[in-house]
Amino acid sequence: MYAQMVQTDATHVRKLDEMSPEERAFQERIDRGEKIEPKEWMPDAYRKTLIRQIGQHAHSEIVGQLPEGNWITRAPTLERKAILLAKVQDEAGHGLYLYCAAETLGVSRDELTELLHSGKMKYSSIFNYPTLTWADIGAVGWLVDGAAIMNQVPLQRTSYGPYARAMIRICKEESFHQRQGYDIMMKMAQGTPEQKAMAQDALNRFWGPALMMFGPSDKESVHSAQSMAWKIKINSNDELRQKFVDQTVPQAKYLGLTVPDETLRWNEEKGGHDFAEPDWSEFFEVLAGNGPCNRERLSARVKAWEDGAWFREGLVAHSEKVAARRAAPRAAAE
Amino acid sequence: MSAAQAPAPQQALHEALLRIGDSTLILGHRVSEWCGHSPVLEEDIALANVALDLIGQTQLWLGLAGEVEGAGRSADALAYRRDAAQFRNLLIAERPNGDFGMTLMRQYLFDAYHMLLLQRLTASSDPRVAAIAAKAAKEVAYHLERSADLVVRLGDGTEESRRRMQTALDELWSYTGEFFIADAIDEAMADAAIMPHPASLKDAWLAEVSATLSEATLKVPASTYAHKGGRRGVHSEHLGHLLANMQFLQRAYPTAVW
Ligand SMILES: [Fe+2]
Ligand SMILES: [Fe+2]
Repeated sequence: MYAQMVQTDATHVRKLDEMSPEERAFQERIDRGEKIEPKEWMPDAYRKTLIRQIGQHAHSEIVGQLPEGNWITRAPTLERKAILLAKVQDEAGHGLYLYCAAETLGVSRDELTELLHSGKMKYSSIFNYPTLTWADIGAVGWLVDGAAIMNQVPLQRTSYGPYARAMIRICKEESFHQRQGYDIMMKMAQGTPEQKAMAQDALNRFWGPALMMFGPSDKESVHSAQSMAWKIKINSNDELRQKFVDQTVPQAKYLGLTVPDETLRWNEEKGGHDFAEPDWSEFFEVLAGNGPCNRERLSARVKAWEDGAWFREGLVAHSEKVAARRAAPRAAAE
Repeated sequence: MSAAQAPAPQQALHEALLRIGDSTLILGHRVSEWCGHSPVLEEDIALANVALDLIGQTQLWLGLAGEVEGAGRSADALAYRRDAAQFRNLLIAERPNGDFGMTLMRQYLFDAYHMLLLQRLTASSDPRVAAIAAKAAKEVAYHLERSADLVVRLGDGTEESRRRMQTALDELWSYTGEFFIADAIDEAMADAAIMPHPASLKDAWLAEVSATLSEATLKVPASTYAHKGGRRGVHSEHLGHLLANMQFLQRAYPTAVW
């Protein structure tokens, strides 16, 4: 997902009788469905895990501007250009909400940015794939935002108050993102033979990477189990992936496009589709920095940050000057 | 058409509308090039907002230009199917982004002019023009507030930020004269009280800009030389590249619907 494979520092899920009284009271509040607020006591590992998860999510929103930004100047109509601008602007806003949520846990936006730029923190693997045609912009909205929604809707109920509230705001905007993507795909799929070919090609290239967004199976993962106990992860990766496939397959059919998976079929017994696992070796290569766009994406962000240093410093210097000027007459009067 | 000969009224209005709509289109496009690359997240959001407003205004201005022309051309047809020589935008709109200071200064100099123009257009004798201007003026008031504020803060910031803002001002100043130069089309629009005479905006613009630049501790350049030509289709080399990018899909797949 936007936060894939978040470490919890846990070796096993702690049971109530292993916990200190504070920790136990904390876990019981979570079990009752109460929200944890910034000033309240929380276990260190909960705080650290949340910072990793929210930070990764925020970075994904920010880096996620780049593949779509790649087509803003080439959007084919004024309307499409306006819609795409609005969508990418939303993503920047999502980044902002999430950095603010992370700040309530005691980590600044600048610190998180530094961790992203030094490669110590990750963003979703999906944004390391290129957008090669206009149909890719459709596929990103339809599949990537679609997968994001799968994950984010349950996170509206996450245990950490500021994170849950950020998710509620974000989810309101995500359904528009997915719709505009599907709408682009619809036009392409019903269009000229070239457009239809672009649409199919986009689905072929984004299908596997979209499935990877949910992360590898975490049935056996201690980290996932601990995160679920803390209610900062609500569903398993496999559950969400299954839901995503079941939702997306009929949408592809409606578009007249073929999902690039020969093994895909409806399984009456489980009430869902059987489908092929994506290529997990590719996933780990992308995480290791070897995706098609890892270098471009990160260096674009680093360049934006470094080129903008004078701008940020200028604003700080100005506000210091203003504060000094305000203080000066007062000091003189005393 | 020659300057001495008065243009046919509909033709003049069509041309005058292109001048506004092409300027918002090309500047909006330039601003949108920053998406995801600006110095700070808040600026990414603010710039996207400005670009979005300008593209929205373009739809209205070019939509009306097409309607007035009466040849069945939509705003999209005008935006995506004309070559550079048929574009009527101000040259300042097509100036490359440069550093963020250049982009901000370009925005400020244009916003100050744009605001005055729109305020006057809200009193246009053509109600269609007045209606678009009223809507756009609300958006541009915010653009101007923001760009003026940033020019002041960066001019009066660090030594480096002042140097960058002054460099941007020096480079862009000679592209502001074009705001106020009139030809037969402008005369016709002013005579019909559809649009203000360009020269009539100059004093107020200079007053606004001088006040802001002085607060920003920046020096107004002494040169009065004005680059011109954009409004009659004579552009810089930059516009062709911008259009090659912007119009790519419509040109490569002319029968496609998007
Ligand atoms: Fe988002
Ligand atoms: Fe989104």
